[in-house]
Amino acid sequence: MNDLAADLSLSAQADAGYRNIAGLPPATGVCAIGKTDDIQTVKLSMTAPDVQENVIGLMGKHLSAVASDRNRAAFRSLFEFYAPRIKAFVRSRGAQPDQAEEVTQETMVKVWQKAVQFDPAKASASTWIFTIARNVRIDMLRKANRPEPDMNDPSLVPEPELDVSRKIAFEQQARQLKMALSGLPDEQRQVLHLAYFEDKPHAKVADELGIPLGTVKSRIRLALKRIRSDLGETT
Amino acid sequence: MSISFHPGEGLLLDYASGAIGEAWGLAIASHLSLCPTCRSTTSDMERLGACLLESIEPDPISTGSLDAVLSRLGDQADDRAALPISNPESAIPPILPQPLRGYAGGDVEQLNWKRLGLGAYHLPIQTGDDTAVARLLRIPAGRPVPQHTHQGLELTLVLDGSFSDITGRYGRGDLQEADETLEHQPHADPGIDCICLAVTDAPLRFSNFAARLVQRVINI
Repeated sequence: MNDLAADLSLSAQADAGYRNIAGLPPATGVCAIGKTDDIQTVKLSMTAPDVQENVIGLMGKHLSAVASDRNRAAFRSLFEFYAPRIKAFVRSRGAQPDQAEEVTQETMVKVWQKAVQFDPAKASASTWIFTIARNVRIDMLRKANRPEPDMNDPSLVPEPELDVSRKIAFEQQARQLKMALSGLPDEQRQVLHLAYFEDKPHAKVADELGIPLGTVKSRIRLALKRIRSDLGETT
Repeated sequence: MSISFHPGEGLLLDYASGAIGEAWGLAIASHLSLCPTCRSTTSDMERLGACLLESIEPDPISTGSLDAVLSRLGDQADDRAALPISNPESAIPPILPQPLRGYAGGDVEQLNWKRLGLGAYHLPIQTGDDTAVARLLRIPAGRPVPQHTHQGLELTLVLDGSFSDITGRYGRGDLQEADETLEHQPHADPGIDCICLAVTDAPLRFSNFAARLVQRVINI
């Protein structure tokens, strides 16, 4: 319990560091989106990668503590880190502040309820929480269902074998992923941002940017290829 | 038996980010059930989403929001979904994977197929998506599907049997992503009937007059 208390206070420090560290190049901090004559921006907060790595690692521990012993202090730390980010993420996709708040609250309640399903070997806390927030948003704001594979379905074709290329820790991977993202050419990062921040299917992105669908597809393909190669994965 | 035709990265990105419509998402999710490779790509894209979530400038949460959430937390975990579904090993896996089987209301033999003429059957699939239409098609072995072009996107996911056209041969799990530039004449291959899920965002447009007439009558 003392260990966890120490973790929690470290978490508060790390989170403060996460928000406050300044002086990093703004180039990737603000990303231009849209046509050149209609530039919208999504603010990204840039933080030293090692601080970030610590925070993300801690969040995994907090989530496991919520799963194993219903630890409310750990949940509170998760809330403090993720809730303002989920709200910002949902608002970036066009929701009003009160709607974004509702989606955030519902997401955090689901995080508590489903915590036992979190498997640290399969995903980082951030990835797991991202998928919950994405689905809650679809459910509450789009009033639509989200079709998903069922991992217990007898028809599911399983992975051929354990993926040995995934040996590095998720926290470290998250750091590499951020560096890979900031290293992308603007035009490639833009199509990814439009999908995640503006809720636009890639066909609509092509329409709005006034470029051929094939160009959007190849930008996405190139971005993914480059990110994977930066992460040392073979594709 | 391995899958040769996968959805493009654009569709997987739409699916992973949550931007995709429900009917298209049904085709992608059903492909993912059959394709570990695309599941892995989708996971990579979800990690990308998480990375952007971590990096976004936080938007302060209202006071009272945390308390509101804490007051809703029960002490018991909701672990219903974590329980494995009993799965007798002797059972033959259903032809329709999830989530498609749930949407269709059963596996292929339990469905109330509607006659399309010329030995073909179909079954409209209800989704909450009013921008696209999903349906199961059952084309008799060896028979052609009328030649058609598309006004928009068409996704065809093969679930049983196979079909061929100028772009190749499509078997179980293969997904064809066709747009208005593709005019093709798919044939169900000989052997067994070809069962596929087709999702379109516009009615198919048949090339010859007779087929257009049939189209009007059967409302395909």
